[in-house]
Amino acid sequence: MDILKIATAGSVDDGKSTLIGRILYDTKSLTEDKLEAIEQKSKQRGFDYLDFSLATDGLIAEREQGITIDVAHIYFSTPKKSYIIADTPGHIEYTRNMVTGASNAQASIVLIDARKGVIEQTYRHFFINSLLRIKEVVIAVNKMDLVDYSEEKFNEIKAEIEYLSGKSSYQKQHVTFIPLSALKGDNVVDASENMDWYKGDTLLQHLENLTLDDVEEVSKVRFPIQTVIRPKTEEYHDFRGYAGKIYGGDLTVGDAITVLPSKTTSKIKDIHFFDKSYESATRGSSVTITLEDNINVSRGDMLVKYEEEPSIEKQISATICWMDKTPLSSNTKYVLKHGVNDVQAKVTEISSIINTDFSGKEENPSAIVLNQIGEIELKLSKPLFFDSYQTNKATGTFILIDPKTNATSGVGFIQ
Amino acid sequence: MNTIQVNALESEAIYIFREVVAQFEKPVLLFSGGKDSITLVRLAQKAFYPAKIPFPLLHVDTGHNFPETVEFRDRLTKELGVELIVRNVQDNIDSGKVKEESGRYASRNMLQTETLLDAIEEFGFDACIGGARRDEEKARAKERIFSVRDDFGQWDEKTQRPEVFDILNGRIELGQNVRVFPISNWTELDVWSYIKQEDIEIPSIYFAHKRATFLRDGLIWSAEDTVVFREEDEVVEERIVRFRTVGDMSCTAAVLSTASDVSTIVDEIRVSPISERGARIDDKRSEAAMEKRKQQGYF
Repeated sequence: MDILKIATAGSVDDGKSTLIGRILYDTKSLTEDKLEAIEQKSKQRGFDYLDFSLATDGLIAEREQGITIDVAHIYFSTPKKSYIIADTPGHIEYTRNMVTGASNAQASIVLIDARKGVIEQTYRHFFINSLLRIKEVVIAVNKMDLVDYSEEKFNEIKAEIEYLSGKSSYQKQHVTFIPLSALKGDNVVDASENMDWYKGDTLLQHLENLTLDDVEEVSKVRFPIQTVIRPKTEEYHDFRGYAGKIYGGDLTVGDAITVLPSKTTSKIKDIHFFDKSYESATRGSSVTITLEDNINVSRGDMLVKYEEEPSIEKQISATICWMDKTPLSSNTKYVLKHGVNDVQAKVTEISSIINTDFSGKEENPSAIVLNQIGEIELKLSKPLFFDSYQTNKATGTFILIDPKTNATSGVGFIQ
Repeated sequence: MNTIQVNALESEAIYIFREVVAQFEKPVLLFSGGKDSITLVRLAQKAFYPAKIPFPLLHVDTGHNFPETVEFRDRLTKELGVELIVRNVQDNIDSGKVKEESGRYASRNMLQTETLLDAIEEFGFDACIGGARRDEEKARAKERIFSVRDDFGQWDEKTQRPEVFDILNGRIELGQNVRVFPISNWTELDVWSYIKQEDIEIPSIYFAHKRATFLRDGLIWSAEDTVVFREEDEVVEERIVRFRTVGDMSCTAAVLSTASDVSTIVDEIRVSPISERGARIDDKRSEAAMEKRKQQGYF
């Protein structure tokens, strides 16, 4: 795989910025001018150490308050891979930012302060990773230098997380534990000389070794049509190409397909990418497809393999993370955006609010407010073709848009 | 079997271009003649092939562009058969709408904003596609792929829409527009590697050449024209340089380099100790220079 997208979450003090700074520093990804700016600012503020958060907290308000508010994107690369880190704040009032950052992540790093062990925030990070079904989670037990590099302390934390992991709704999740010190550089990029008892990979080694199969589940092929390409030129007079991105699996010329919602069937004639044709294309590829038969296909339609149809319903149950200051309430109407499709949706029931610390649910609440996660029932203006989030991430998720403000008010995971 | 696996960044950019065309009525691509906007043009070509790029290119000409860039722009748009719209900062200066800066660090970079906003209003553009990247600068690191702007083109970082999965919410009210950044997640190295892989032509000023230059604040400035203000005691010397970023001449410094082809540039970037915008004087004005410009409608 060429790129690995990682989400990190954490609070002001757990050393997340130091960890990211350490990775950048040790992989030589911080240029001299950026390093100089950090040194200068750290000095100006009277810090004894380099405050790497100055490299990532980009907004004026963030620097003023010394906290991460919004998702920051950090980029670095090794000869093997390019990395994108979505760095998110860890406080409960920023749950929506954590969900946003994690939504595009293939792996996640949860930081734990070795002195404090598992705290309320760790539960929340872990919960979000399970909700979003992030397959690869790294538990980075940081500040090992402050607990005398104690194996016992590390094992205590590990046992606690393993117990939590047992309660998770996502059992295919793979959890890796790494003891490290971001400040001292133990086990981040280079192996530690202070923890002989740890035989595993360093954090970077571990990330370098991850393959696409480690971080993504294969599912049924879904090809939502973004736009129809009709050149209307002499040379391509009859060309009708369906442009989109392939999700779930691979497509091959000759595959029998069904078009939704019309349920007409045809076969894939050609797979185009720019000025070349291919026999097959892999998941994740944005390509243009032509069909054997001249049938009516437009934006919002979806091609699936014959006899691999998704659910088609006018009523759905979903888990939702609320992202708007205006609470979600019953009987309210929203625009539901499902990939490339928009439908009207009405909230018919708010079933529960889910506590993000694994302590259960609150049944029949009156509303779901900003940063809360809950379960709802929706009635739709027309049938939606979808999969459960569990079986297909791309077709199992949607956003709710408030038609009065056009704001993205919530993100939903279809059950 | 002959299988295509589209690179993740390229696939994402193409996906974004297609969403723009599907969700907006009057998109436009902001073209500066720099490597990032040239990369955007190639990606747009790929997204809609065999159809032509279905939107025009807009160049906000500061009047201080490198001549090589302008020549390149005209040739490229002619080859592609796309419409090119040029709007000049000079017109706003002449009419007194904006005031030209003066002194040592005078630049027309800031003045572009007004001309851009005028053009958006004149043509009714609802989506402006730009080549900004999150790795360039830390205010840009917080930018969305679809970034909603009000009538004044202003960026409000506090009300940014969350962007989850591949879902892009382009809903806007009349008078609002969206700035779209398809190569948000690319790094400078990604852009150069792509230019190499695709064998894309770029303006000659990106390659090493002899140039009359002078030093100021540790940066190398072009002395070949009158655009960059030079004190009498600033000594002109010929150096072998190239430009790493191509903005307005008045705010773009050169770097010492002998890289005369794209492969050598890629190697150079890979080991460079200085970041790309280290040669951009517009960012050196203050730590929050970019965030402040964006709030005023800069792209």
